[in-house]
Amino acid sequence: MHALANPARFLRFARPATTWLLLIGLALAIVGMVAGLTLTPPDYLQGETVRILYVHVPSAWLGMAGWLGIAGASISQLVWRHPLAAVAGRAVAPAGATFAAICLVTGSIWGRPTWGTWWEWDGRLTSMLVLFFMYLGYIALASAERERSGDGRIAAIYGIVGAINLPIIHFSVLWWRTLHQGQSIGLGGSTIDNSILWPLPLTMIGFTCLFGAATLMRIRAELAQTKVEARMRRLGAQ
Amino acid sequence: MNPWPFVVAAYSVAVALTLALLFWGYASMRRSEAAADALKRK
Repeated sequence: MHALANPARFLRFARPATTWLLLIGLALAIVGMVAGLTLTPPDYLQGETVRILYVHVPSAWLGMAGWLGIAGASISQLVWRHPLAAVAGRAVAPAGATFAAICLVTGSIWGRPTWGTWWEWDGRLTSMLVLFFMYLGYIALASAERERSGDGRIAAIYGIVGAINLPIIHFSVLWWRTLHQGQSIGLGGSTIDNSILWPLPLTMIGFTCLFGAATLMRIRAELAQTKVEARMRRLGAQ
Repeated sequence: MNPWPFVVAAYSVAVALTLALLFWGYASMRRSEAAADALKRK
């Protein structure tokens, strides 16, 4: 990981990795979604709406994993001063915000036929909505700092402090028993039958690869932009 | 209540937003890398 903190070395890894993540991600996500729509049986209680879980669960995982990535990048930036850490944090944020938004919208669509309501101020839904707004705040703060040629320290501190929301989201279904169901998949196994569960790992891995590809593309864009800005400054000074 | 419009809507939102994210990332990457390459050749 430390070896990849060098931008030139990182680019040698990122160029082929972007293509591979994109191809593998698209293939797995498409196969998983088609299988989830056509090959699995309806749930005995939820009926056909259970199929929404194949896009809802990966987006919930990636919405949370994205902030974990921001917190990790922020720690690297503040502790080890990795030159790529601030760039990585800024690159993860749009992908994390997108998947948090997908999680909120697909959950709301699932809630209407299942719970009889589009939205409820329940612990899980509210903490996820807070995460989405925190992403927007991080994107605004990090962009403003970059424009003012700051070192990104304020955004990094915000990224670390904001990680407090992750255990709140995770344990919300245990702490506040409201509408959202409890944990169905854990380290000890799953309460979902295998006939319904099997396409989920495909969409989980597929969307995770697409998240990785989107992040790598943003990092490459920022590195190229930084190169252009440095070159323009040098040309201006001559 | 027919569940299929809800299932189709959820998948459409997920696919549309994911593709939008990927296209935006790809377009900004291509634009920035092309600008950097053009400056290098000058």
